[in-house]
Amino acid sequence: MKQQKPKSQGLAYKRLPRRALILGGLQAAFIGGLAARMRYMQVDQADEYRLLAEENRINIRLIPPTRGRIYDRNGQIIGQNSPSYRIVMVREDAGDVDEVLTRLSSLIPLTEDEMERAKTEMRRSAPFLPVTLADQVTWEDISKVAVNAPALPGVTPEVGMTRQYPRYEDFAHVVGYVGPVSDYDLSQIDDPEPVLRIPRFQIGKVGLEAKQESTLRGKAGAKRVEVNATGRVMRELDRQEGEAGADLQLSVDADLQQYAQARLAGESAAAVVIDCETGDIRAISSAPSFDPNLFVRGISVGDYRTLTQDNYRPLANKTVQGTYPPGSTFKMITAMAALEAGVIGPGNTVYCPGHLKVGSRRFHCWKRGGHGTVDLNLSLKRSCDVYYYDVALRTGIDKISDMARVFGLGIKHDIPMSAVAAGLAPNQAWKERVHGESWLVGDTANASIGQGFMLASPLQLAVMTARIATGREVKPRLVRSINGVEEPSGLGEPLAVNPNNLEQVRKAMFSVSNDRGGTAYRSRIIADDLRMAGKTGTSQVRNITKAERAAGVIRNEDLPWERRDHALFVSFAPYDKPKYAIAVVVEHGGGGSKAAAPVARDIMLQALYNGTPPLEAYPVADRERIKEQQKQLEGDRRPKARPTTKDRA
Amino acid sequence: MSYLEYAVKSTPSGFRKFLYMNWPLTLLLISTASAGFLMLFSVAGGSWTPWAEPQMERFGLGLTVMFIIALVPIWFWRNMSVLAYLGSIGLLIMVELFGTIGMGAQRWIDLGFMRLQPSEVMKVALVMVLAAYYDWLPSHKTSRPIWVLIPVALILIPTALVLKQPDLGTSILLLAAGGGLMFLAGVHWAYFAAVIAAVVGLIATVFNSRGTEWQLLKDYQFRRIDTFLDPSTDPLGAGYHITQSKIALGSGGWNGRGFMQGTQSRLNFLPEKHTDFIFTTLAEEFGFVGGITLLTLYGLILVFCLVTALSTKDRFSSLVTLGIALNFFLFFAVNMSMVMGLAPVVGVPLPMVSYGGSAMLVLMAAFGIVQSAHIHRPR
Repeated sequence: MKQQKPKSQGLAYKRLPRRALILGGLQAAFIGGLAARMRYMQVDQADEYRLLAEENRINIRLIPPTRGRIYDRNGQIIGQNSPSYRIVMVREDAGDVDEVLTRLSSLIPLTEDEMERAKTEMRRSAPFLPVTLADQVTWEDISKVAVNAPALPGVTPEVGMTRQYPRYEDFAHVVGYVGPVSDYDLSQIDDPEPVLRIPRFQIGKVGLEAKQESTLRGKAGAKRVEVNATGRVMRELDRQEGEAGADLQLSVDADLQQYAQARLAGESAAAVVIDCETGDIRAISSAPSFDPNLFVRGISVGDYRTLTQDNYRPLANKTVQGTYPPGSTFKMITAMAALEAGVIGPGNTVYCPGHLKVGSRRFHCWKRGGHGTVDLNLSLKRSCDVYYYDVALRTGIDKISDMARVFGLGIKHDIPMSAVAAGLAPNQAWKERVHGESWLVGDTANASIGQGFMLASPLQLAVMTARIATGREVKPRLVRSINGVEEPSGLGEPLAVNPNNLEQVRKAMFSVSNDRGGTAYRSRIIADDLRMAGKTGTSQVRNITKAERAAGVIRNEDLPWERRDHALFVSFAPYDKPKYAIAVVVEHGGGGSKAAAPVARDIMLQALYNGTPPLEAYPVADRERIKEQQKQLEGDRRPKARPTTKDRA
Repeated sequence: MSYLEYAVKSTPSGFRKFLYMNWPLTLLLISTASAGFLMLFSVAGGSWTPWAEPQMERFGLGLTVMFIIALVPIWFWRNMSVLAYLGSIGLLIMVELFGTIGMGAQRWIDLGFMRLQPSEVMKVALVMVLAAYYDWLPSHKTSRPIWVLIPVALILIPTALVLKQPDLGTSILLLAAGGGLMFLAGVHWAYFAAVIAAVVGLIATVFNSRGTEWQLLKDYQFRRIDTFLDPSTDPLGAGYHITQSKIALGSGGWNGRGFMQGTQSRLNFLPEKHTDFIFTTLAEEFGFVGGITLLTLYGLILVFCLVTALSTKDRFSSLVTLGIALNFFLFFAVNMSMVMGLAPVVGVPLPMVSYGGSAMLVLMAAFGIVQSAHIHRPR
């Protein structure tokens, strides 16, 4: 073969090496640029990118702390954390989600809505994240799911912790309840702890649970986990255990509380029992009540409506939140103010003709005919109103108001419950300030018998009674100890009053309960060493017009419920060595001696005997009836069989 | 024109051909491919499956193909150029008609044992046909308008077909490679100046078309450009890939985190970690040192291609070698620019390293042509 001269020898051919080198040079320059960029990112900015990478990779997951438990004074559980079962589904394990859900719904009650919601949630979240299908599932349903596990791929039962209140209604108003953190809750807190952002994390909403939230909550632990881009946890790097919340022991006796709650059933009423020696609140009952467990789960609209539309206001805590005109139970304060002021002595008498003209108005005694000549003892025993009009006008409202404060009325007691009311012990300055009117003598007359502006909560009345009984500044104590460390006792300093004057009042209160003709004689205790001293009260919620009085005051029984008088009773026992003080208010219950005193006596006996009292403690005439009542209450108090989980029917 | 024109006598024959191969180039290719196996092993969490092993098999196949092609005289391949070009056009049309839809684009033809991507084949076929064309064309005609229009048409036809798939990245690569080859062939500067001016005008037009009825690019293509220009606007959405890629790459530092210690790629923060974004894994695990090493390997491959191109007196050999080298350069330059946040995400794999069968096979076949040119060069 003849070798040819390469044909490509023209101008373009000569250009080839040159152009190849130019192009090569450009490529080299670009490679240099890439190298420079790499250097900039990996050497100059490496730290910055490494930080970003760590942020990408490490995720801090909070470990919710175990909430502190709540016990009664004897160690009975009032608030605990119990396992709650839920059924979850992992989409990537389930395969055919619709099919599995259909099968599941034939085993356990699942509504269409719940299934739709679960499907939507599954579509939105990563395939490996568990989605809750049903919460608060019964043990039977869990068993069904477990048994049928092979037919339900991706469906697993899970155990979580939820708050549970084994005493149901008894402590609803004291302890309150917890619930999941809401957006509103978060907006109320300045710098919310991160633990609050855990989904379904429960915090105290009302009552002790809310007031002692910081004590009960504990501290969240944390674990650092490595996650991938989709959020799946690959491994745990390290873990820091949290701190469980502190356990609280209440001063309340759960059995007494249960008795009180049962005894008040059927009424709209409140009862508070205070230990005179320590200020311990032994019982603090508001009736009717509600099941706090409903709120933990998230109460249904229907249940909630039933509670809010009830005339007897089950959601209101009448013991501390409800304030009532104390009525005649206030007369001890008026008497003390007058005694201290030296306006009266025990022997001084006032003549009661049934009414007293104060200014231009006639103030009536509850007894139309009047009580005749009345001394201090008789005035309390018979609860004569005119006596108190008279001495109050001579003492002046400011001294009475001050005396009320000494005994704990008109001031807010420091007790970890929701909406604790301060009540009202008005004086001249108060009326000027709030109403812009000057104080009238008529106002003093009204205040002297605990009417008019005067307002007190059952707790305040119980504290007042405890202070009268002991002569000391008893302070209510609801939490006895936190994590085993006892809280300071509520037995305060001696009151700044003359003990002899107080003794006069106590004697008169003894007469109320134990002397024939005393307003509470029928509700006395006859066990010698446990005698009770008390005072009835009947506070009007309406004005009795002149015309009505002329025509004869309408009897309570003939009035509609919400216009009837409130019935009140305060007492302490044993008289010689006071142990307990009690206050009972029965809303619209009528007369204090009839509606409130028997209740107070029964609860007091229950407290004194630390259980069901013997019939011998009761007056002979009552024993048959009491026996029946005890039998009936025993029945009511038997542990109620309730489903511990949501009724899904 | 036939192979008889060549000085056949001076070329080696039989097994002696192996001795005359461009061995440095072969070793460089094996090195880069091995780096690829290592990275595929790493991103699979320290496992030969599912990526490293098939990749090694394919590389073995590719190597065999390269040797076979290398042993065939270069003039045969020159004569095959037009056929290869027409065949590739045919495949592109087939993919248009019967292609499998993958990742929102018609790109594959399923051959059963592998999926063929005709646009990959086209990259080499285009270089071959242009090289053959300029080999045939008397050099004084190179810059005459009529003889410039023919190669332009040869470039634009496949480009249009690939753009229709739609595969913007590959069509731009085709344009660039074709244009580069024309530049190498000696076409007058003025043409390139005119084209660059036109491209600038076209880009302006494309951007102006956005939102109008005659919109020239798809929405996702516009979005890719947007997120390229400012990835921080949407770090979890469209800008996610670029942001995560930069984080992984930058966090590698000087030495890297060590083999199989790259947290970002192993934890799936990186998308397409075994294909388009494999360089980030390498850069994260082996750092700046590793990145520069790979870049150097690539650079050396280009250098040895240049050596082949300049040591042959055959015009077709020179042009086809330089064209293939240019293609190779465009591959890794675009891919690296993309993962370093210098170019939009266009879906171009890293040559020899990214997992993928047809790209690797086509590339090895192309290097076979380079080897053939080297062995059969007129001396």
